[in-house]
Amino acid sequence: MAPPVSPPSESGLEVALDAVGTVAIVLGVLLTLVASVGLLSLPDVLSRMHAATKPQVVGLLLVVLGGALHLRTSVDVWMLVLVGAFQLVTAPVTAHVVGRLAHRGDGVRRDLLHVDELADRPDTTDPGPDEPEADEPEPEEPEPATRGRGRDGGGGGVGAGGGGPDGDGTAGRRGRDGAP
Amino acid sequence: MTGLPALLDGILVVCLVLLGLSALLVVVRLLRGPSGLDRLVALDVLVAEFLVGLVVYAALTGTSALVPVVVAISLVGFLGSTTVARFVRRGTDR
Repeated sequence: MAPPVSPPSESGLEVALDAVGTVAIVLGVLLTLVASVGLLSLPDVLSRMHAATKPQVVGLLLVVLGGALHLRTSVDVWMLVLVGAFQLVTAPVTAHVVGRLAHRGDGVRRDLLHVDELADRPDTTDPGPDEPEADEPEPEEPEPATRGRGRDGGGGGVGAGGGGPDGDGTAGRRGRDGAP
Repeated sequence: MTGLPALLDGILVVCLVLLGLSALLVVVRLLRGPSGLDRLVALDVLVAEFLVGLVVYAALTGTSALVPVVVAISLVGFLGSTTVARFVRRGTDR
């Protein structure tokens, strides 16, 4: 599988780059190993997520850096940079979704928490919004009105030109639904 | 000078063995995980370790044929885990 790795013309610089890349890869792999041990031994979902971010972000970035130092071709280096950027962008999204679901469900051992900042307790220090009643009926009332007006206006406006098939289609669908 | 590249290759092989060991630990968590979210986190870590293993293998052999595979898997792994999270929520929501 492996082509003969070192042609006799391998210079000192290439060996040095290989050595630095290997050091980065070793660091990343050790982080991955530590994270796996933590994933197996930590008590709840949130702390397991804390362990899981090591190989996902830091470990993968180190290993990608090492791989780029080993491969040293332009296309490969940019593709590996792309992998690192993807991982930096997408890992917080997954962590956010999983952490929110864990807090809603039973993924958190609440006896291990010092402060639960997402708990649903009434906040006594916050006076809250000043006058919610004065504005509240306003946005609730016009919503059905605008919706109805929008539907009627759209039908009427288009009805002059090409609204015929539109009206026929909805009427036929309604009739089909209502018949049985 | 021929000793150092051989040593570096040996170190990379040891790295692959360590990756296999840690993937084994993650699979244990994947099978034992009490809730679906534990399994989801373990699956994410497994995908990340697979990516790491592919990059280490590419660095070991010096072939760049696996680099597009790494790009593709990093995208698809994100989509899969985010999609599964929605179904996990539907199962264990309370």
